Amino acid sequence: MTGVNRISGAGRLTPARTARFTFDGRTLTALEGDTIASALIANDIHLVGRSFKYHRPRGILSAGAEEPNALLDVSRDAARRQPNVRATVQEVFDGMRVSSQNRWPSLAFDVGGFNDLLSPFFAAGFYYKTFMWPKAAWHKLYEPFIRRAAGLGVAPTETDPDHYASRYVHCDVLVVGAGAAGLAAALAAANAGAKVILCDEQPAVGGALHYDSGSEIDGRAGYDWALATGKALAAMDNVTLLTRTTAFGYYNHNFVGLVERVTDHLPAPDKALPRERLWQVRAKKVILANGAIERHMVFPNNDRPGIMLASAGRTYLNHFGVAVGKKVGIYAAHDSAYEAAFDLRKAGIDIPAIVDCREKPGDMVLAEARSLGIEVLSGQSVVNTSGKLRISSISVARNGGGAARKIAVDALLVSAGWIPSVHLFSQSRGKVTFDAATERFLPGTYAQECLSVGACNGTDDLQATIDEALAAGELAARAAGAEGGVQVALSGRNAFEWTGGMIGAAEGAGQDTTVKAFIDFQHDVCAKDIRLAVREGMHSIEHIKRFTTNGMASDQGKLSNMHGLAIAAEALGKEIPQVGLTTFRQPYTPVTFGTIVSHSRGNLFDPARKTPIHAWEEAHGAEFEDVGNWKRAWFYPKAGENMHEAVARECKTVRDVAGVFDASTLGKIEVVGPDAAAFLNLMYTNAWDNLKPGRCRYGIMLRDDGFVYDDGVVGRLADDRFHVTTTTGGAPRVLHHMEDYLQTEFPHLKVWLTSTTEQWAVIAVQGPRAREIIAPLVEGIDLSKEAFPHMSVAEGSICGVPTRLFRMSFTGELGFEVNVPADFGQAVWEAIWARAEPMGACAYGTETMHVLRAEKGYIIVGQDTDGTLTPEDAGLSWAVSKKKPDFVGIRGMKRPDLVKEGRKQLVGLLAKDPQVVLEEGAQIVADPNQPKPMTMLGHVTSSYWSPNCGRSIALAVVAGGRARHGQTLYVPMADRTIAVEVSDMVFFDKEGGRLHG
Amino acid sequence: MLLIYCPYCEEERSELEFRNAGDAHIVRPANIAEISDEEFEEYFFLRQNPKGLIYERWRHIHGCGRFFNAVRDTVSDRFHVTYKAGEPKPDLDAEPKTNETVETYEALEGVAE
Amino acid sequence: MADQAIATRKAPLAGRRGGSPAAILTPAEPASRISLRAGHDAISALSAALGVTVPLRPKTSASTGKRHALWLGPDEWLVIDEEGADLVAAAASSGALHSAVDVSHRNTAVIVSGPGAEAAINSGCPQDLSLALFPVGACSRTIFGKAEIVLLRTAEDTFRVECWRSFSPFVFGLLSEGAEDAGH
Repeated sequence: MTGVNRISGAGRLTPARTARFTFDGRTLTALEGDTIASALIANDIHLVGRSFKYHRPRGILSAGAEEPNALLDVSRDAARRQPNVRATVQEVFDGMRVSSQNRWPSLAFDVGGFNDLLSPFFAAGFYYKTFMWPKAAWHKLYEPFIRRAAGLGVAPTETDPDHYASRYVHCDVLVVGAGAAGLAAALAAANAGAKVILCDEQPAVGGALHYDSGSEIDGRAGYDWALATGKALAAMDNVTLLTRTTAFGYYNHNFVGLVERVTDHLPAPDKALPRERLWQVRAKKVILANGAIERHMVFPNNDRPGIMLASAGRTYLNHFGVAVGKKVGIYAAHDSAYEAAFDLRKAGIDIPAIVDCREKPGDMVLAEARSLGIEVLSGQSVVNTSGKLRISSISVARNGGGAARKIAVDALLVSAGWIPSVHLFSQSRGKVTFDAATERFLPGTYAQECLSVGACNGTDDLQATIDEALAAGELAARAAGAEGGVQVALSGRNAFEWTGGMIGAAEGAGQDTTVKAFIDFQHDVCAKDIRLAVREGMHSIEHIKRFTTNGMASDQGKLSNMHGLAIAAEALGKEIPQVGLTTFRQPYTPVTFGTIVSHSRGNLFDPARKTPIHAWEEAHGAEFEDVGNWKRAWFYPKAGENMHEAVARECKTVRDVAGVFDASTLGKIEVVGPDAAAFLNLMYTNAWDNLKPGRCRYGIMLRDDGFVYDDGVVGRLADDRFHVTTTTGGAPRVLHHMEDYLQTEFPHLKVWLTSTTEQWAVIAVQGPRAREIIAPLVEGIDLSKEAFPHMSVAEGSICGVPTRLFRMSFTGELGFEVNVPADFGQAVWEAIWARAEPMGACAYGTETMHVLRAEKGYIIVGQDTDGTLTPEDAGLSWAVSKKKPDFVGIRGMKRPDLVKEGRKQLVGLLAKDPQVVLEEGAQIVADPNQPKPMTMLGHVTSSYWSPNCGRSIALAVVAGGRARHGQTLYVPMADRTIAVEVSDMVFFDKEGGRLHG
Repeated sequence: MLLIYCPYCEEERSELEFRNAGDAHIVRPANIAEISDEEFEEYFFLRQNPKGLIYERWRHIHGCGRFFNAVRDTVSDRFHVTYKAGEPKPDLDAEPKTNETVETYEALEGVAE
Repeated sequence: MADQAIATRKAPLAGRRGGSPAAILTPAEPASRISLRAGHDAISALSAALGVTVPLRPKTSASTGKRHALWLGPDEWLVIDEEGADLVAAAASSGALHSAVDVSHRNTAVIVSGPGAEAAINSGCPQDLSLALFPVGACSRTIFGKAEIVLLRTAEDTFRVECWRSFSPFVFGLLSEGAEDAGH
């Protein structure tokens, strides 16, 4: 038996195929295809949770994605646990564990229910008023308390073991929703030859035809037609049919995000399958066929478990074969609810009465009710309900007052009419218009290439829906360029004509009452809260929304927004369109982080760029540091060495013997063409015409505002060919900057730029014995001091492969940078290492590189400069040509503020205590005893222990710094103040003789 | 995510292939070294940030690599036209208006008092 | 030094195999490549010198045997010779004004082949790769996740995916996930 409420012969599930699951520890049996909601109701369970604020018992309200109440914690295993799953959407699988939320110690007895008694204190806006003072209590008392009490469900703590997929896809026509309208539109578009994607959030096509038992299409029962049509569409080559797939976001230029739930319904999913798949669709045309959402009635105590939407009652019966109760009352302001009564009555369920607040229900449904012998109480309203954990009776009174009659029920189906789902239309920035006759917001002005058809467009009649959808499908296909095919015609017929509908509070929840008549179930917002907000001065719907939190829960007010708006309008004495409508935002329903992140996790979160020599470095124990996306060897600790010791050893070894350093990440740009020198003249502050082929020069690049942007050594390989190097982090933006000027300011120049960063592996060999190390490996280049002096470049070969060999140095030592085609990088490195190691040389990393260059006062752009330093500030005026008529930055660096006295300048800084290493970023002041806030003169930009100087060294920017040479300044730290002396920037080999060794 | 027509690739491509590069039709003065502080301020710093049509530069950085210009409505994000760098400002009145400019986003968000 | 051993070559994706039955991933053999830049007036001379038509239409390529010229931009082409010929020298023999820069080692390539090749690449590439819009011979520089790639469709179910060497593990990894999903 799969539940006491399962009606034999009703519904479409197969009785033999069962699945067992637990709910709060109790084992229940469901049928395959059940949602958690249908399985619970089949087992006569309506109480599934406690409300957010008042902890009131709550049941299942709907049978779809709009569900505000039945949010449950669902798990497959410890790591696969998800809170806030809508019971009305999640399908049951064998072995599933389901728990209710927001209750303690149990669902039936919840201590938090105490809040309901205190509810006068929890009026709308209470957070804003109650927790105002004392101020100190906020951090210690209120915030921790609110944080504990707030939020539904508990986030999982374990790492998500599932994987998620993502795909970009293009189509001519995307149809959202596979009900009668969507299927018809897709059919017409597909038959016209368009490439169509049709998606629907439910496990099967059909939409409202799941419950709408009386409708016929093409001479068949509506749902049968839907299944057959879905099957036919899926078989077409030009159609992709995606079920269990929600279109959650409509973005710019017809970009629509879909999430496909691939495995959440499966008992034992194939591990190769992604849990969910993100479809990033770019459609030429979008057809919105996402239907309408039924609206509940707003009346006192309308939130008891067992009170449900009428269409939900029909879905549970007609699709799942489950009756929502044994004595089911109906409370309606719309004819559609009557059909629920008819279906249930025909299935043998007792219908004590249909209460209709209208004086005149529709003739067709009234006649059918009479013929089925169902009592209709028109002009009457449900003024109260009772039942502690489930509805047990309703109190019915004639409109305008009078004695209430109590009717026993165990479920109550309600309908106040239908809200067209304009969510995606609104997300597309389309503008809705209010149709006063039917009190609905409908698509008005379109902002994108889309069309709305069917119920979401306010079209009620089935034949009209089908005709509209077929026409839209063909139109969209033609507009997208499809030229094929067959025209489609279909007939459709509703069982009953529908009339009626109301929005806002019903009888008994009107003005001047303090009863709890809920409009937003998830956030516990009642009709009276909206009125209070208006009384408190909130006149804009956006303010009312935020004051009451109406529509701000995870269901985003799918049921509540219209009711809230109508009540606000009434309280303000305005028409609904004058009050406005809050904006619908993506996502339509919650989307998992897994899907949004998709492939971008672990190794694929961000590319980890490794040099051609990385494997050797790893094998030799290097520690790595991240520089941009690059992994760079940081230092090479020997057994027992800490970082400090390793770096000290490397620093000494390079200056005493030699060191080998992987400089492959250095940005490289090849500048080629007859105007190459002219172009570099414009891009760098230096002059390049007089640089001879075979020679190199250090260059400074500015932006037009006059600030230092990048630097690097440029080698001239030929009259028309330069090898430009940039900082590691600067490579892409420097190329972009150069291309910008070349393409848009200097397009007359005949020169082309190519990134060669990754073409070359670069091995720096630095130190007194550098020449000796590489000389035997090099062919075709005379390495002698005379033939190949400092700042030279030559092409030849090393280890039998081509090299661009630079004589240059970022250490102040005799140095070479060996460039070889990247695939040869490791082999050449190993050959060099085989010679270097026996001589006592070392491999060194970026930390040692930093120390060695700081000992020489060589700056690092981006560390010692911060985008606000001119060449003059950085002490680089010598590299700025005084003769050139133009270069980028020539005017900017002469701006009044950039040439005035007292600017921050880069200087050396020596702590009076040579053992003290300053902190990078530490502030510098002239008088440490001045009152706070102190006048700060600048800050430390680079600071190291220098093993070669035997003391600490630092670089800093200091206001008027160069004029302060020899002055004592102070670096105030939290625990002490450090006295420092301003010095020049060169700390080692001030004469620079070692470079030329 | 925008769809941008590259005038060099002659095709609409995803925004992911492009990078915005600020206002278009701002010419770097040929005699930049000589211009006054006010002229430099005008050239380098001052921009309109219009609500409505903007003439802006894009680079198809992960495509053909070219810079080009576009006329975009900053309210609706609709591109009226894109054209190659160096081409003159298009005459928008001459361009057929296929779509009505959408009302402001604020207007879509409901009417405040 | 005559007795010096010649350095051995190590390709960034050496030894990698992957993909799924829907989309098989194979690292391409080393090839020579140049980034070719020139004005349109130099194209006929360059085409003659390189022995392959340098195409002028966007998103198109031309091939002669194992040599391919891919349009990347209005004055930019990627020329690939799968047999490793000296393309810089070949271009230089044209006598026409151009820039040819050797990028043989900068780039590496993955061959993606199978009925799910399109879907595998679309796991990270936002372009429409349907045959109608991206026919055999079509090529484009584009984006693949967080990496830039150059795509060349060499057959209905086969693409050559070129990327910079340090991005190749990322590209291969994302292609692997895309290939896996393409089969489902």
